[in-house]
Amino acid sequence: MSTAVLEEKHSESAGRTPVINDFSIHVATANGSGSMSSNSILMRAIFQMGIPVSGKNLFPSNIQGLPTWFTIRASKEGFIARRRDVGVLICMNPETAHEDVRTVAPGAAVIYEESLKLDTLRSDVVYYPVPFQKLVLELVQDGKLRRLAVNMIYVGVAAWLLGLDMAEIEKAVAKQFKSKAAAVEINMKAIRGGLEWAEKNLTKRDPFRLERMNATAGKIIIEGNAATAIGCMMAGVQFLAWYPITPSSSLAEALIDYAGRYRIDPETGEPTMSMVQAEDELAALGMVLGAGWAGARAMTTTSGPGISLMSEFTGLGYYAEVPAVIVDVQRVGPSTGLPTRTMQGDITSTYYLSHGDAKHILLLPGSVEECYTMAMDAFDLAERFQTPVFLMTDLDLGMNNWMADPLPFSDRPLDRGKVLRTKEELDAHIAKFKEFARYRDVDGDGIPWRTLPGFIDASAATYFTRGSGHSERAHYTERPNDYKNNMDRLARKLETAKKHVPGPVVSDGSGSRVGIIAYGSSDFAVEEARVILGRKGMKTDYLRPRALPFTPAVAAFIAAHERVYVIDQNRDGQMYDLLRLEIGGNTDKLRSIRHYDGFPLDAETVIEGIEAGEKK
Amino acid sequence: MSSTAEPKAPPVNRAGLTVKEYGGLKSTLCVGCGHDVITRQITQALYEMSVPPYKVAKMSGIGCSSKTTAYFADRGHGFNAVHGRMPAVATGAMMVNPSLLAIGVSGDGDTASIGAGQFVHLLRRNVPMVYIVENNGVYGLTKGQFSATADVGSRLKTGAVNDLPAIDLCAMAIELGCGYVARSFSGDMKQLVALLKGAMAHRGTALLDVVSPCVTFNNHDSSTKSYKWAKDHEIPIHEIGFVPYYEEISVDYDPGTTQDVVLHDGSHIRLRKLRADYDATDKGKALALCMEAQQKTEFLTGLIYVEPAKKDFLELSGVGGQPIVELPESRLRPPKKALDEIMESLK
Repeated sequence: MSTAVLEEKHSESAGRTPVINDFSIHVATANGSGSMSSNSILMRAIFQMGIPVSGKNLFPSNIQGLPTWFTIRASKEGFIARRRDVGVLICMNPETAHEDVRTVAPGAAVIYEESLKLDTLRSDVVYYPVPFQKLVLELVQDGKLRRLAVNMIYVGVAAWLLGLDMAEIEKAVAKQFKSKAAAVEINMKAIRGGLEWAEKNLTKRDPFRLERMNATAGKIIIEGNAATAIGCMMAGVQFLAWYPITPSSSLAEALIDYAGRYRIDPETGEPTMSMVQAEDELAALGMVLGAGWAGARAMTTTSGPGISLMSEFTGLGYYAEVPAVIVDVQRVGPSTGLPTRTMQGDITSTYYLSHGDAKHILLLPGSVEECYTMAMDAFDLAERFQTPVFLMTDLDLGMNNWMADPLPFSDRPLDRGKVLRTKEELDAHIAKFKEFARYRDVDGDGIPWRTLPGFIDASAATYFTRGSGHSERAHYTERPNDYKNNMDRLARKLETAKKHVPGPVVSDGSGSRVGIIAYGSSDFAVEEARVILGRKGMKTDYLRPRALPFTPAVAAFIAAHERVYVIDQNRDGQMYDLLRLEIGGNTDKLRSIRHYDGFPLDAETVIEGIEAGEKK
Repeated sequence: MSSTAEPKAPPVNRAGLTVKEYGGLKSTLCVGCGHDVITRQITQALYEMSVPPYKVAKMSGIGCSSKTTAYFADRGHGFNAVHGRMPAVATGAMMVNPSLLAIGVSGDGDTASIGAGQFVHLLRRNVPMVYIVENNGVYGLTKGQFSATADVGSRLKTGAVNDLPAIDLCAMAIELGCGYVARSFSGDMKQLVALLKGAMAHRGTALLDVVSPCVTFNNHDSSTKSYKWAKDHEIPIHEIGFVPYYEEISVDYDPGTTQDVVLHDGSHIRLRKLRADYDATDKGKALALCMEAQQKTEFLTGLIYVEPAKKDFLELSGVGGQPIVELPESRLRPPKKALDEIMESLK
């Protein structure tokens, strides 16, 4: 078909106002049908056209068969949160097709396998029936490949419908299949087949279009888990122990992969970090504490169920004062249910994790860039404060695709904390402070000095590591004053930490009496909501805490506003609760907006929550 | 000038240290506790092996046994972990600093119940460490409940009878591929010290399951973990001699009556057979021996199984010779060009 005819066919939709670079594509498939490659190619081609894009995999806890959806959002304004309404639906899964069609926005374009006969379901959408099964028989000779190749056909159809540049698709295919000629050829054939069939047989009647922009030059697309893994590697992590759990496994696997390439000592050819796939999460943290005690930068990565199992060891790490970095890629609840859905579910329980009194340093990254920088911060803080530090990401941040600026190299020296490594350092310490006492606060900041096993051949260097009952000299004690003094020092240490944790990001120049507090991956939806609210005439201020314990700026922000909306991706308003517990003062002004359906937060939820609150 | 003779200096080992310099704090266990006897043998073995005390990492969990790491080698660091989870902590420490000599002391509650999972995986991985189970069949620190190594039919002081089968830690260890499996008795000091020295010279996990009577809760007549029962029933399967790598060893021995095992560091263990045709390097025979002892309620002691050439976890994991914990920042952080390369691939 000639270009002229194509333009003529497309022009039939000219009556409507075109929607350019501002809609969501929703692809419904069955899990394990190999649609991930097709969806990545679609997303990447849009990205390469210079259009801001994000990709979210809404997948089941299943390897094959259950329904799965992939949402690609193109946004000329650069909004990359989940978008509630669907503009273009690609229906490949007969099981969910009816439900999928019913839930799209009026006016949506629906591409579907023609034998499903969906076009009677409603009349306010535009249908594009495509004989995918018939086409794949013609296009692909190898029967085994047809199941995968059928998904490439919808890439071709979407390319025709939305105006995707075929040159960019070709580039994306080459990247996806790492330029393996045979795979590139088969998949491109299926994509072209889809495009050509659409050109010949379809007439465009919907308003959705992609047009080239220049808003993605120099950007990368990365999953949060990969960004965290790179941060850990660049932080010089020396030991990883982990137990497989969705959604954190891909973090460990990315680190193993990167370390295999970039953490081999060029002089000796030996790895500069060691790794263990542990028997469970409990053992994983035990190993991390052993390695941290021995002097290594040690980490584990897990999700909520693993955090629960780590409770006892976390307490020991807190009391015995052993550095550890624990990444929690949060997800929905225990056992089966929604283990592949996102949630900010572990904020409260992790902050206080342990029996006995304990509060921990939690870092709350709000972007893939912060997954990277805060992974590095986490190791510095863990060693500075000799304590377990938690990096709280979530499934949305960790496993979805995010557009970002390239992660910047940091040459900030590693903070290895107060460690006496040599006999000379020990002697100087003793000359200054009379003796080395493991748990004595000689500097007034609550942080004691430590030695490492096997480093200094001197009896003055050693100490015995144990739980809560120890004196300043690490001797076993059950004396009330010894216990109380130690607990008070640990509290002082947490006070000191407030000066070292990443401070909040504050946007408070609007003069508005309305403030918003949100954290972690909620940031994308909140920033979008603020823009939309602004267009509607409502100005808002915004504070995003990036760590627990809270820094004084958080209390100041609350004090400065009349009403403060606290956004949580959980049912109980965990951040809302923590603010009331930890900040005190007038907490009546705090209002809680809670999103908890397993899907990532969207801007509409934030807008609706604030508008409802302001009407009261 | 005084004519009194100078006090005789105590003997020193190859490291120039006296046995006292391998000591620790005073024990707080009950008078007569088997564990204290084992502590003395650990101290003696460390001294005889001339281990640099600052390289000793003393690992334990929770229980009476786990307290004992404070009673020896106080010139080494100690780590009292949580109940049953010492194997994980030891694994982490050894994976970053294999220059340490990890001595783990646990009990039958700590190892065979709450810590069974970690114990299994420690053995499976063959983490380099000496793992001593001070086995008395009861939970001492919580006042005398049965543990999972109590024999069927044994009684508590309260009269309660154990109906559940005992876990045989040695059989379990052999099954899981442990390369040094021994059973001993705290009352058999000569055997114990030889087994400990062999364990320290062994590469990989060395398990010593040592019956160590609880004088307070399980030393009565209906116990199979009492001093009297152990003394009356102990049957050594061989006499054990340990010859360290730096000592000359006689080349001549009769293979019919003696088995010679060369350990990884060049030390030798000489086993003078007390049971005809027993071969401590034969896994099948070792397991058969454990089963036979179980069936007959026999208390067979000695080095039940040894496999000195087995690779340890560090070797299996491809971790090199230099302790990772000693690497400086310059070797830990990849250069900017590494990050640039990754970023380019994500564009």
